[in-house]
Amino acid sequence: MNRPPAGAKDQVARLLTLVPLLHSHGEMPLGAAAKALDVSPAQVLSDLKVLFMVGLPGGYPEDLIDVDLDALEGPGGPNAEGMIRVSNADYLARPLRLSPTEATAMIVALRAMRDGAADDTREIVDRVLAKLEAAAAEGPAASRIDPGVDAREPRLVALADRLRGAAERHVQVRLTYYVPSRDEESERLVDPRGVVTANGVTYLDAWCHSAEAPRLFRIDRIAAAEVTDRPGETPVEAPRDLSEGIFAQSDDTALVTLRLAPPARWVVEYYPMEAVRPLEDGALEVDLLVADDRWLLRLLLRLAPHAIVLSPPEYAEEFTRVTRETLALY
Amino acid sequence: MSAAAKSERLLNLLIMLLVQRHYIAKDRIRSILYPDSTPDGFEKMFERDKEELRSLGVPIEVGQMDAYFDDEPGYRIRPDEFALPEIDLEPDEAAVVGLATKVWQHATLAKATTEAVRKLAAVGVDVDVAQLEIAQPRLSADEPAFDAFWQAVQERTPLAFDYLRSGQQTPATRHLQPWGVARYSGRWYAVGYDSDRQAERVFRLSRVQGEVRRDGVPGSYEIPAGTDVRTIARRLAPAPITEKVVVLARTGAALPLRRAADSIEEDVTGPDAATGWDRLVVTRGATDMGDEVLGYGPAVCVEEPRTLRDHVVARLREVTP
Repeated sequence: MNRPPAGAKDQVARLLTLVPLLHSHGEMPLGAAAKALDVSPAQVLSDLKVLFMVGLPGGYPEDLIDVDLDALEGPGGPNAEGMIRVSNADYLARPLRLSPTEATAMIVALRAMRDGAADDTREIVDRVLAKLEAAAAEGPAASRIDPGVDAREPRLVALADRLRGAAERHVQVRLTYYVPSRDEESERLVDPRGVVTANGVTYLDAWCHSAEAPRLFRIDRIAAAEVTDRPGETPVEAPRDLSEGIFAQSDDTALVTLRLAPPARWVVEYYPMEAVRPLEDGALEVDLLVADDRWLLRLLLRLAPHAIVLSPPEYAEEFTRVTRETLALY
Repeated sequence: MSAAAKSERLLNLLIMLLVQRHYIAKDRIRSILYPDSTPDGFEKMFERDKEELRSLGVPIEVGQMDAYFDDEPGYRIRPDEFALPEIDLEPDEAAVVGLATKVWQHATLAKATTEAVRKLAAVGVDVDVAQLEIAQPRLSADEPAFDAFWQAVQERTPLAFDYLRSGQQTPATRHLQPWGVARYSGRWYAVGYDSDRQAERVFRLSRVQGEVRRDGVPGSYEIPAGTDVRTIARRLAPAPITEKVVVLARTGAALPLRRAADSIEEDVTGPDAATGWDRLVVTRGATDMGDEVLGYGPAVCVEEPRTLRDHVVARLREVTP
């Protein structure tokens, strides 16, 4: 049975972009075309070999698209300097219309940019939106996908941008950072590595000179950031990959077992759990790794009375003690 | 069969349908492009090839060859439907387009914007991202259900899914004709017509459990004219109700509350003498305020409103009667 090879569709899509690219540039080095399409020169060469075999349905040699392949094959493989020349393909001179998902993704992204932009750039974004919306004739879906606006977002977006810039230039940043578990602000000198996102929260990943260790800083808890001209003192490193969750790399942790009544069940959506065991009454028994006791205490207080500590007992006692102390205020 | 042979066939089919002004009969397509196939084999291959081209966005039209003989379907691709219309972008506009590729932190949509920019670059738009100072937002969509809802909104496909309402313990199966999705307070919501409740509803995508199922064919419902998903999401998603809250905070404690405070009166008489106390007046959503105040433990004490004070005390008493 002829299973369609997975690569054919991608190859056709690439060729439908490559031909117009060559058409608008006249001719182009193989390496430059590969870069524009984000594939290897060897891939572009095998794409062109396909193009060489297709054309108008007459079946005569002059019906076929003409590709000058000789210039592209070097002695040891594809010649990135070689000029691609394609002719007899005028009917493919324009790229394929944007697909609904492409048009919608673009328009929604631009609308998100528009909301965070200053007045002069907002005007540019508006011009682009008008042109793209006109070109994406079938894009009414874009109007029904709303990226939303957050009142705080413009400040945070600008802050994330500045920190990203500092990471790219490898310069140190002085942070005023709020630590909720201690309810205090601290001053840190950091070597920023990059800005990363996990579960919808944006973090600065940086080497923290106060902690002498890499740390993640939530952007929305950075009260102030002063980008200095001083180069970072630690080796340049890429920001870490947070796809496994942000607690994955802590080592000094305690395994704590909690009982979460139904109103506190949302916790399992927000924090990584080692194990979740449903109980008969709709509650959950969960095991989680706790790196910071004060973080856990604060979480338990916020959830009161819907979360209790099953083990270890010292955590349960501490929670009870702090609850009594709080009650004593009233 | 090699990928190259398949690519050749797809491209030849595309070109054949694109360059003719009239519909082309299936028989003719078969004799030219699928000459060695059996009738059954041809049907299967042709169906699959059409679908693959369509999935790339190639608009293949089906029509009647001849007004007098309606048994013979024909196919064509109209060049004006196929090609990207003229888009003339100024350099600053092209820069904005380039930056837009970095907004989505979501694999499918990041790829879609990159593909869109490649098509624009192919018509000679010079996309240079370096020359513009603009804040770049990042849009993420970590909810596993997001892709299914995005797709359904594009196609107008009804969906069925299991949904866990806040405070409930077991998910219930829901049926929705999705109109749109909206991000509100950092979360994605689906907005649409709930065919069980026969009313418009919003669903928080993070509460959708497991696989989302198609519950009908694309295009099987209409979206009411003038539907504004942002307004609906705001109206139906739990709205923040704000009220004035007065709390006492120990000197130096509760910094986020201090930063958000409308006013701060320093050095007031507090519930104990262990530290100094300040009086903060904050305007906050009443629902979350209990959780927030409790999080500060013995560093914060509620004065007003009475309801919040009683609420906090009641919750603490349940922990230690």
